[in-house]
Amino acid sequence: MQIINYISIVAMPMIILLIIINALKEKTQVFNIFLKGATDGIEIVLKIFPTLLGLFVAIGMLRSSGIIDFIIKIISPVTNFFKMPSEILPLALLRPISGSASMAIATDIIKNYGVDTFIGILASVIMGSTETTLYTIAVYTGSVKIKNTRGILIAGLAADITGIIVALIICRILII
Amino acid sequence: MLNIIWPVFIVISIIYAIISGNIENINSSIFESAENVVTFSLTLIGMTCLWNGIMEIASNTQIITYISKILKPIIKKVFPNMDENNRAYKSIIMNLIANILGLGNAATPLGLKAMEELQRENKEKNKLSDNMMMLIVLNTASLQIIPTTVLTIRNSLGSKNPTLIIFPVWIATISAAVVGILVTKILIKINK
Repeated sequence: MQIINYISIVAMPMIILLIIINALKEKTQVFNIFLKGATDGIEIVLKIFPTLLGLFVAIGMLRSSGIIDFIIKIISPVTNFFKMPSEILPLALLRPISGSASMAIATDIIKNYGVDTFIGILASVIMGSTETTLYTIAVYTGSVKIKNTRGILIAGLAADITGIIVALIICRILII
Repeated sequence: MLNIIWPVFIVISIIYAIISGNIENINSSIFESAENVVTFSLTLIGMTCLWNGIMEIASNTQIITYISKILKPIIKKVFPNMDENNRAYKSIIMNLIANILGLGNAATPLGLKAMEELQRENKEKNKLSDNMMMLIVLNTASLQIIPTTVLTIRNSLGSKNPTLIIFPVWIATISAAVVGILVTKILIKINK
């Protein structure tokens, strides 16, 4: 754990160091080039701000309305059939649409059921192997103002569902 | 896509909240979300400008050329028509590296930079190009060697074996990425 912790901590500084040393070796005007790139950054965030605002408000409403619990009640017979623990369902449903909400739920699940139990490990694996699909797609398409997404959401959701199912299977095999 | 999902989320949330007598929660969530998005964007401005600047330095050195040689076989397989002279090529490589190292904060700005460059060569400006679709799906698959955030949470909650999840995460994330890429390949063929 200590080695892995260390690698995760040094990853970012190391990349920056490597790039800057290389730039110095090639005698480029490092700071001027940095400023040029950084200036473009502001425009990128300004472009995606409206997309973010729209998403945050809609997803905030969805969470506070309590409809997620209602959907879980409806689909739990199906997921029970596939031996998916019902405790995991809120996480699986929120994972593609909200990063902060799913992180909060995962932490909650892990706390309640124990960090080294089957449910705790499954929640960890799901969090580690999936991404906030809707957010990613919205921000990436919103930044270049593209409306025709050619059904990319289907691919993203297919990846999420695969990640969750494989996580369930592998946790069942490894942890008894 | 969001032209359908966005109004559906809002309409069903409000109607469900009225039916279940939960409407005050909606009010407070509106204020909260509008506030949160500003804090979030301010953080994002910092990270985006920083990584754009670092990326600009990197693309002026030979370093990206070395890394792209290593990643070339994979890129060739995943991105249907991408050559090294493409302006977006460097940003895509940096985005993938940031993803693999688990630097989510760095990956998004680099990915957005790649989108901007891909849009420049895109023939139909209102439609995702094949390469854009692949870039997006790779970013939704969370390809990372070390799931830093989850490990930190597990460690802080007193796990006896926090790193136990790394191998399962690899299997799950690779399966997810493969399925994502395959479905995207199909979508590219169907939705011309």
